[in-house]
Amino acid sequence: MEKKMVTIDGNEAAAYIAHKTNEVCAIYPITPSSNMGEWADMWSAQGKKNIWGAIPSVVEMQSEGGAAGAVHGALQTGSMTTTFTASQGLLLMIPNMFKIAGELTPTVFHVSARSVATHALSIFGDHSDVMAVRQTGWVNLASASVQEVMDFALISQSATLKSRLPFLHFFDGFRTSHEVMKIEQISDEHIKSMIDDETVIAHRQRAMNPNHPVLRGTAQNPDVFFQARETVNPFYDAVPQIVQETMDQFAELTGRQYHLFDYFGSPTAKRLIIIMASGGETVQSTVDFMNEFGEDVGLLRVRLYRPFSMTHFINAIPASVEKIAVLDRTKEPGALGEPLYQDIMTAFAEFNQNSSDSDKKNPLIIGGRYGLSSKEFTPAMVKGIFDELKNDIPKNHFTIGINDDVTHTSLKYDPSYTLNDENVFRGIFFGLGSDGTVGANKNSIKIIGEGTDNNAQGYFVYDSKKSGSTTTSHLRFGKDPILATYLIDHANFVACHQFELLNNIDILRYAVPGATFLLNTPYGKDEVWFRLPNNVQKQIIEKKLKFYAINALEVAKKTGMGVRINTIMQTCFFSISGILPPEESISSIKKYIQKTYGIKGESIVNKNFNAVDKAVENLIKIEIPDIVTGIEEKASVVPNEAPDFVKTVIAEIISGNGDNLPVSAMPVDGTFPTATTQWEKRNITTEIPVWNSDICIQCNKCALVCPHGVIRMKIYDDDLLESAPETYKSAKVRGKGWETNEVYTLQVAPEDCTGCSICVEICPVKDKSNVSLKAINMENQVPIRESERNNWDFFLNIPEVDRGRADQMTVKGSQLLQPLFEFSGACAGCGETPYVKLASQLFGDRMIIANATGCSSIYGGNLPTTPWAVNKDGRGPTWSNSLFEDNAEFGLGFRLTIDNHIDYAKDLLNRLKNEVGDDLVEQILSADQSDEPGIYEQRQRVDILIEKLTKINNSNSQQLLSVVDNLVKKSVWIMGGDGWAYDIGFGGLDHVFASGRDVNILVLDTEVYSNTGGQASKSTPLGAVAKFAASGKATNKKDLGMIAMSYGNIYVAQIAMGASDAQTMKAFMEAESYPGPSLIIAYSHCIAHGYDMAKGMDQQKKAVQSGHWMMYRHDPRRIESGKNPLMIDSKKPSIPIGDYIYNENRYNMLKKLMPERAGALLDEAQIKADERYNQYKQISQNDIIINKKELVS
Amino acid sequence: MRLATKYLGLDLDNPLVPSASPLSREVDTVKELEDAGAPAIVLYSLFEEEIHHEEAELNHYVDIGSDSFSEATSFIPTPTNLVNGGDRYLEHIQKLKNMVDIPIIGSLNGITTGGWINYAKKIQEAGADALELNVFYLPTEPTLSNNDVENIYIDCLSEIVKQISIPVAMKINPFFSNLPGFCKKLEDTGAKALVLFNRFYQPDIDLIKLEVSPVVHLSNSADIVLPLRWIAILRDQLKIDLASSTGVHSAEDVIKLTMAGADVTMMASSLLKNGPKHLGVVKENLIQWMDEFEYEDLNQMRASMSLNNVPNKNAFVRSNYIKMLNEFKPLR
Repeated sequence: MEKKMVTIDGNEAAAYIAHKTNEVCAIYPITPSSNMGEWADMWSAQGKKNIWGAIPSVVEMQSEGGAAGAVHGALQTGSMTTTFTASQGLLLMIPNMFKIAGELTPTVFHVSARSVATHALSIFGDHSDVMAVRQTGWVNLASASVQEVMDFALISQSATLKSRLPFLHFFDGFRTSHEVMKIEQISDEHIKSMIDDETVIAHRQRAMNPNHPVLRGTAQNPDVFFQARETVNPFYDAVPQIVQETMDQFAELTGRQYHLFDYFGSPTAKRLIIIMASGGETVQSTVDFMNEFGEDVGLLRVRLYRPFSMTHFINAIPASVEKIAVLDRTKEPGALGEPLYQDIMTAFAEFNQNSSDSDKKNPLIIGGRYGLSSKEFTPAMVKGIFDELKNDIPKNHFTIGINDDVTHTSLKYDPSYTLNDENVFRGIFFGLGSDGTVGANKNSIKIIGEGTDNNAQGYFVYDSKKSGSTTTSHLRFGKDPILATYLIDHANFVACHQFELLNNIDILRYAVPGATFLLNTPYGKDEVWFRLPNNVQKQIIEKKLKFYAINALEVAKKTGMGVRINTIMQTCFFSISGILPPEESISSIKKYIQKTYGIKGESIVNKNFNAVDKAVENLIKIEIPDIVTGIEEKASVVPNEAPDFVKTVIAEIISGNGDNLPVSAMPVDGTFPTATTQWEKRNITTEIPVWNSDICIQCNKCALVCPHGVIRMKIYDDDLLESAPETYKSAKVRGKGWETNEVYTLQVAPEDCTGCSICVEICPVKDKSNVSLKAINMENQVPIRESERNNWDFFLNIPEVDRGRADQMTVKGSQLLQPLFEFSGACAGCGETPYVKLASQLFGDRMIIANATGCSSIYGGNLPTTPWAVNKDGRGPTWSNSLFEDNAEFGLGFRLTIDNHIDYAKDLLNRLKNEVGDDLVEQILSADQSDEPGIYEQRQRVDILIEKLTKINNSNSQQLLSVVDNLVKKSVWIMGGDGWAYDIGFGGLDHVFASGRDVNILVLDTEVYSNTGGQASKSTPLGAVAKFAASGKATNKKDLGMIAMSYGNIYVAQIAMGASDAQTMKAFMEAESYPGPSLIIAYSHCIAHGYDMAKGMDQQKKAVQSGHWMMYRHDPRRIESGKNPLMIDSKKPSIPIGDYIYNENRYNMLKKLMPERAGALLDEAQIKADERYNQYKQISQNDIIINKKELVS
Repeated sequence: MRLATKYLGLDLDNPLVPSASPLSREVDTVKELEDAGAPAIVLYSLFEEEIHHEEAELNHYVDIGSDSFSEATSFIPTPTNLVNGGDRYLEHIQKLKNMVDIPIIGSLNGITTGGWINYAKKIQEAGADALELNVFYLPTEPTLSNNDVENIYIDCLSEIVKQISIPVAMKINPFFSNLPGFCKKLEDTGAKALVLFNRFYQPDIDLIKLEVSPVVHLSNSADIVLPLRWIAILRDQLKIDLASSTGVHSAEDVIKLTMAGADVTMMASSLLKNGPKHLGVVKENLIQWMDEFEYEDLNQMRASMSLNNVPNKNAFVRSNYIKMLNEFKPLR
């Protein structure tokens, strides 16, 4: 049978087998496993069938806990069922995993292993999740490469049916799940051969069925539980043999032979590394290389980790081995060693216990940790470990790949050690997320992988920002198998797709001498050299690089490609890399363009074809001078005035040197200082807004909607202007309440702006002489960067507006308050952050925030720099992220503490009356903190109290000092997206509603799981296309507000800033002042909706006008005065819902996919919108108002 | 058969052809028009620009944000079977061919040769009986010559007639320096009919928003004077069919235009205003008028008042204005 080669990633490889061999997939998105579920969903949506000719049902659940429950149920009723997950998701499945195993139920969970959140969340790969479930009774099988993922997925599926034990098939998150590799696809015939239908039928026969009823899930007592638990032992005993036989059967079909433990290396090896999963690839290639140079080393790969077969393990190790290093990709603090190490130690101990003296094996064994959270694991590190094993007393419980200068666990190694990979093409490409570099490289791998006999590998690294993110693509091609699960650090091809990156990243440090360097540059042939930074010129000369350049952006614009330079740079790559003959490469690119874009339309294909042709014409080779004439680079990425921690730690992370930071540099408990985005000047946009002071009406709407807090305004004494920079602007203050000598300035932070231009869109003023201009307009950033930087610095030194003078109930007034959320890494034009920023302006200096995992926790808390800021007094929001599912409960915990400490502080205050003074105590205890001045006065009183307490030396005063801050009103905020509030966190949220406690809940409703890539939530509207709703969501959006209102005592507001900023202001103020649970559901436009984010506010308006989004406020306080608590702030729908939804790709997509269904869902959505408005209107007008006073009387 | 006429080689029962308008978007409405007596129908226009924009927009918003962030390599499911505006148009033709018996005339609006040819072929393959090319190119560059502008039309037409076998009508606007000369060129290039004239959105200014807001006004009977004049002038100089497509609301409008020389008198605004049944009313009134004034059939009156067939030829040209001035008698 002819082999079919495909170039895919690990997730697709796992999903391919899972979809072929299952009937039900119940899933929930979590990085890095989400794609597996998405593949399965897409294939089912396309009608692809499993090997039995049926289309698997793919169901998205509300959480991984829910997915596990659904899986358990489907298994109990006889379906072949699977799921895909990672990290916290896997942990949520633990209770069901015990049950599934305890009931001897065959299934396979495919896990892209990821760090479990501890001191911090990390989306990257290690085995901490898998190791956290090793006690559940599941079989654990580890894959090391994309090929193995496909192979082991099938072996697992086959063996689970034979053994009746559930399998956890895992592979490394990102490193394997997202690595694109050329592999052999297993044919349907082979899959069918591997799955014994008798075992499938047996599984169904064990299922629950009223025709032969059984009872499972009994409650057992001390008399029999123990014995019953031991009944499963024979099944576990049988597993190793079953798996090995299955591996052998697989080898007969495919030629790829695996064993429970696979040994590689010298048969007489004295030093051995034992490892699981992708790290084994790197160890194997290093072992081979070292042995070529006369070393005697070996590798044992652990495939089947549970049940651990001592016999197979011992037999796999050459008798010559004297020293062993066991590597674990996890950390188990407090244990004698990490899990694999302990198993190995136990295995040897038990083996020796049962052996005669002559048979005993006593190698020296050490254990070590590597690769946590996708930390690089390189041949140099492997060499370092083998070198350590040469020592008489090698370091045990070591770490490799970091510098542990605290407990000195780390091994030293020579980072310059590399393998001989001259026969491998190694290309590294730097680009921006927005320019399509990664997509083009994925295509290139397919072109080479599927079009030649080369092996191909691609791995992609993204920075942590959602706007202006940098991407790095690592591509390897070669005739030999590629065993390199680490990044390329010595490339023979380096491409820089964005000229600006040369100033921020030392790109050419990756180039080997003689390498080819391809640069996208806005400069012409004669100018480009002189525009290069000093260090770049120097390396080009010293390394004798071949240097090619193209003005790809110009070519893109001329060929109608906009800013997408992907096709152009890809063409250049093929033209000069020599991987394919030039003509063949062009025809291959065009073939893939047709394949990739054909579905999107002929005009798109033609544009790309044109771009290919023009790229070839415009690519130029640059003659290299022999002298360096460039500009010296910046000394540091952060300014001198930055705090020490920022300069010594954060700056290193910004610079891409985070790997070099020692353990001592890191906070011990995950606690970081806030207000650090101000030090990271990203300069990611080509255009920034510029204020026209002459026509501005000072409405401050531009600042309100600015997602990144880069537009600020102040009103101040005009005396301060004396030292203003030349281009600094000010204008006479408009409006009442200001002195005649006061002036107004609107200032833009030029280096923090993302260029979204939403400020320009919202500006209501048009220049009467040229209506294309507004009171704020986009201009090129580079020519004004320096002058505006000076203006910004000057502006920052002007005192903030006195909070008492700004009318906080108005947009204008609120925007005079300092935002304490600034310069986040959110998407350009983000619809969530304006609400978050507004909350920080109104309540920031007393805010305590619980943030659900999701977009807001990423742009709010992802290193290197974080946006929550402080005012001049050092006060500001304090922020924490617990989990995705528990955020409401987490925030409630804040409230419980605060309430408790308030009571305690009051009690202590009473106890200290004599020492503190009656008057002060009375004033503090009876303070009215319902408004800003009241809070300000209380703060003053508490300051006096603190001063007094420091002079009182008794335990009460010491106790009071520790809780005294709570006497000033705190504002508890529970924030998160709709995935949290509507789905995974809804149970907790509901409980917090019912608690009656004073918390403020802000739901940033994007109507989709934005952070994980657009999966449907229960907030996703009818008819919108999302992942897991590929044919348009068939059910209506859940009405969270109505559910909350049903409690009666909850303040609820549904808002849309773009439709009414005044209503937004009211909602925030009312919610915060309400002394019970408050819920604000904020319409947040999102990149996942598929339209120009600059139009986000206008689209919000249309959402309201069409009736899709109702604006209302439900304030239970109104009942006291005999009013209906519900106030409808929307007008009757005034535009058809189609006028709103068809501005967005998420709806348009369905029109193009299934026009008739789209039409039907549109009609239904219109009916629902009308019904909703009428229903709300009716409730708001109901004459059911209860006047409590009357009732009492 | 008193109302019978020939247009684009098609034998039509009467000249009341519904012109390109939203009325033809729904199969049921087309059926109603057929029932009301429409002898053929020109479908709504397939806008080349719109298709390209739709494709570009879809591509842009599917790609945007993709492969930019570790957790979200895309934001929307990968589309597998997209139907764009062009595909829907072609499906619509096929559906109509199965549902109605009258000839279907496709309508293409575009200015690039590439786009035209591709869709013209597809429209023919989908079963259209003829094709109307609806071109409107608005020159804004002072460096363009009159010939440059005319050649845009000529080139498009030339390419199309080479590639397809169904007859092609050219729908044009009246803003040419020498309309007869240009129309002759179109005839020589292979157009089988001219449709006079197309009617587009026109810019207006919103004084509150200070924005240019495109508007389209429905025609009324007074609007027939422009096509009336040009049909009368062109009729005797061209062999190809002439269709009037502006301002036909009543039987009188049809009669006037037929007398000027129109082979068909297309209707849109009046049907949009009054519904498909209005076509039947006009048809009935037309017969009544012919009975009253004892016309045997339309052929009898067709071009009876074309430029060559009126005693005062200047009535259709500049002297018409002079004559009106001469007859003007100021009030005293």
